Amino acid sequence: MDTQVMKRAKYKSSVKDPGVPGVLKLTMERFVFMPSDPKSSAKLNVEFGMIKGHKFTKEGAKQALLNLTQDQGGNYILEFDNFPDRDVCWDFVGELQSQLNIPKGLTLNHPLRTTAIAFHCEVGGVTSDKPAAPVSTEQLSTSEMECRIKLLQENSELQRLHKQFVIGGILTEAEFWATRKKLLELDDNRRPKQWVALKNEMWTIKPLSDGQSNRVTFNLTPEIIHQIFAEKPAVRQAYLNFVPNKMTEKEFWTKYSRAEYFHSTRNVIAAAAEAALDEELAVFLKQDKMLVDEARRKIRRVDPTVDMEADKGDDYIHLPDRGLLNDDTKDVLDAQYEPYRRSFSQNLNQHAAVVLQGRVVDVSLGDARSVAEALIRTKQAELANDLSDRNLDRERSDRISRVSEIEDLRGPQDPSVAPLCIMDPWDYFDSQHANALEPLGDAGSGAYTVLSSVRSSEAYDSLRELISDVRVRGLKEPFMNQEVPFKVLNVLTQNISSTKFNIGKNPHGSVLDSLPKVLKEELLHHSTSIQELLKHFWSSYPITTKYLYMKGTAT
Amino acid sequence: MATVPSKLYSDDVSLLMVLMDANPFFWNSVKSNYLFSDFLTHVLAFLNSIFLLNQFNKVVVIATGYNSCDYIFDSAALHGQNQRAESLLQKLEDFLDKDESLCRENSVNGPSVSLLSGSLSMALCYIQRVFRSGPFHPQPRILCLHGSPDGPGQYVAIMNSIFSAQRLMVPIDSCVIGGQHSAFLQQASYITGGVYLKPQLLDGLFQYLATVFATDLNSRAILQLPKPVGVDFRASCFCHKNTIDMGFICSVCLSIFCEHQKKCSTCGSVFGQSQAHNSSGPDQKRNTF
Repeated sequence: MDTQVMKRAKYKSSVKDPGVPGVLKLTMERFVFMPSDPKSSAKLNVEFGMIKGHKFTKEGAKQALLNLTQDQGGNYILEFDNFPDRDVCWDFVGELQSQLNIPKGLTLNHPLRTTAIAFHCEVGGVTSDKPAAPVSTEQLSTSEMECRIKLLQENSELQRLHKQFVIGGILTEAEFWATRKKLLELDDNRRPKQWVALKNEMWTIKPLSDGQSNRVTFNLTPEIIHQIFAEKPAVRQAYLNFVPNKMTEKEFWTKYSRAEYFHSTRNVIAAAAEAALDEELAVFLKQDKMLVDEARRKIRRVDPTVDMEADKGDDYIHLPDRGLLNDDTKDVLDAQYEPYRRSFSQNLNQHAAVVLQGRVVDVSLGDARSVAEALIRTKQAELANDLSDRNLDRERSDRISRVSEIEDLRGPQDPSVAPLCIMDPWDYFDSQHANALEPLGDAGSGAYTVLSSVRSSEAYDSLRELISDVRVRGLKEPFMNQEVPFKVLNVLTQNISSTKFNIGKNPHGSVLDSLPKVLKEELLHHSTSIQELLKHFWSSYPITTKYLYMKGTAT
Repeated sequence: MATVPSKLYSDDVSLLMVLMDANPFFWNSVKSNYLFSDFLTHVLAFLNSIFLLNQFNKVVVIATGYNSCDYIFDSAALHGQNQRAESLLQKLEDFLDKDESLCRENSVNGPSVSLLSGSLSMALCYIQRVFRSGPFHPQPRILCLHGSPDGPGQYVAIMNSIFSAQRLMVPIDSCVIGGQHSAFLQQASYITGGVYLKPQLLDGLFQYLATVFATDLNSRAILQLPKPVGVDFRASCFCHKNTIDMGFICSVCLSIFCEHQKKCSTCGSVFGQSQAHNSSGPDQKRNTF
C-alpha cells in the first residue's frame, strides 16, 4: 500500500456547501487538506485516530463524496472530481482503519450494531425492554461486517434468530456466527468458478480477401492465438523457438497466415515449392509430428473391451473414405509431396478433441508466449502421468482377460432369482397391520364369552316381541341422548383426520403443508430456534470454565 | 317407475339397498348390550332422513335371515303412501314367521351365520333391473348393516357378488354391529370402493349412519370418509371352507385348496406329481389378494 495519496478535492462542511477547492494529502497517520486559495481558512489537519468511520456516495450519484466521521459526531465531507479518485482515497482510508485495528471493538456506535438494531427495529417492534447486548472483543473488518449485514438482510429467518438470541443477550455475536462460517465464506466466492470454454468454430481465421487487390487480411485475437496453440503443438513449439530470437511476433504470425492461406487453396504442389524456399514456413506446412505422437499414445490407451455393437448403426466405416467427400485429384501426387498434405478428417478430430478437453489454461494470461509455455507445461505433466502409470496397464490387462472370456469354457451359473415385486408397498403393509392386530382364525369370537345354545323358537319369539314393541310404541322420542351424537362426531373426526393414513403415501405432501401458512411458519421458526439453542447448549459441555457455565445456564 | 320430468332429475338421486341383519340367534346373543328394537329405531329414522335428502331417492330393504332372505320394503311399490314404517315392520314380522318355518334345527350354538351372500345377490339383481329400466335411474349403492360372523362356506358366493358389484360400479358400504370385524365386508368395501365402519358407540348409531352413509355418490368425492387401517384379505379354502393363510392354488382357475389335491374340483384340471415336499402342479403361493 502506498504510504501517501494526494488528490484534488473540495472540502465541504455540509453536502449542500459548494466546497472549497484544494489538495488533499492522505498519509499513514493523518490527512491534510490545503485549499488552493491561500487566504481561505479551511485548512484541515486531522489524525486518523480521531476518525471512527467513513461514508460514501454510490457510483453514479451526482457527487463523488467521502464522509469521514468522528467520534464526537463531527464529520469531514470531501468531494472529488471523479469516482476513481474518490475510490482511491476510500480504499486508502479503509485499509488504514483495518490496519489500525479499531480499539475497543464493538462499541455502541459500531456500524454493525447500529445497522443490526436498526433493521431489527424495523422488523419486529422495539426491543427496549431487553438488556444491551454484550460487548465482544472481536475485531471485524469492514468486509466481514458488510457480509454479515447482507446475510441478515437476505435471510429473514436468520434475522429473527439473530434478534432473538444476540439482542436478547443469550448468545454473543461471535458464537452466533461461529457456526455459520460456511455462509460467510460463500458470500465471498460469488464469482463464478467456471471458465468459458474454447469456441467450437474451426474456421475463425478465415481471411478477408479483397477481390480487387491482391491482399489478404487475417484477423488474429488473443483468443484465436490460444486456440491455435491448443490445437497445433508444432506451431506452439515453433513459436517458442523462433520468437523472439529469429523473428518478431508479427513476422511469425505473417508466416503462419501465409501457410494457412496455402492450405486453404489446397494447392499442395505450391505449398511444397514455398516450403523449399523458406524453412520456417516449412514448419507450418508439414504435418504435425507431435500430433502424430500424441495420437499414437492415445490409441494405446484405448480400452479394447469397448462394445462395438453400439457402433453398428453408424455404418459410415464401410463407406469409402468414411463418408467424406473424396477429392480425386489427391491420388496423383508424388511421394515427395506427401508430407505437405493435410487431411480434413485429421483436422476435425484434433479440433474436436481440443474443444472437448476444455480450457486447460486460464485465459487471463494475455501474452501469447506465456500461453504457449503454460500449454507445454500441462502437456508435459500429462506425459509424466502416463509413463508412471504401470498399475493402470496391469489393471487393464486383467479386465480385458476377464471380459473376453470364452463362453463355452464358462462354468455353470446359479439359477437367477426373480426380483421381488410389490406393487404398492403401503397397501401390503396396511393389510398386514390389520392382520397383526386381529387374532387369526375364527377364534376372534372373544366378544361372546359363552357359546350358549339357544332354542330356535325362543330366538325367533324374542325378536318378534321386540318388533311388535316398536310397532306399538312407535319411535322413542328422543331416541338418542343429547351428548351421544356429539361424542360420535368427535370420534369420527378424530378417526378421519388422523395422519396415519397419509404418512408415507404422498411423497410431496406433508403434515405441515396442511396447516395454515402462519401456523406453519411459526412452527418452523420454533423448531429452528430450539435447534440453535440446543446446539449451543451441548457445545458448552463438558463444563470446564466459568464462561461455559454461564453460557450453559443462559441457554 | 313412473316417468319423471328430466329437469327435476339431478345427479344426486340415489337408490339405497339396505341389507339388514335379521338373524335371531345373533340378536339373541347380543341382547344384553344392544336391543333389536333400538337398532330398528335408529334404522327407521335413518331411512326417513334418506327420503328427506331428495324427493326422488329410493330405498329398498332386504332382510338377511338365518334360512332365507326377502324384500321387506320397497319405496317404489309404496308410491304415494305414507305408511312406510308400519309396512316395513309388518313385512318384517311376516318374514320372521316364514324364516322360522324353514328352520330345521331345534337349537343353535352361538350367533351362527346369516345368509349374506343371498341378500347380496338379491340386491344386485334388483339393481340390474333398475339399470335396464330406462335412461333416468338413480345411482344405486348397497349398505350392509351386518353383525353375524362370516361364514367361510359363503366365501365363493360372496366374492362373486363382490366382483359383480365392482363390474356394475356399485359401492358396498358396511356398518358392522357385532363384536368383531368381518373380513368379507372389509374386502367388499375395499374392492368396490365403499366405506367400512365399525361403530364404537352403538347408542349413537343414527349419528354414524347419517354422517357416513347418507351422502350420495357424487358428494362422496368431496368428502373425507373414514377409512379402515387395514383390510383382512384372508380367504377360505374351497374344500373345507376354512379360513386359511397359506394354501395351494390351481393355476388354471385360481381356486384355493388347503391341502394337496390330485385334481381341481372347480375346473377339473389334473395336477402333476409333487416332488419331495414341494409341489410343482398347483403353485404354492402366499394366499394374499
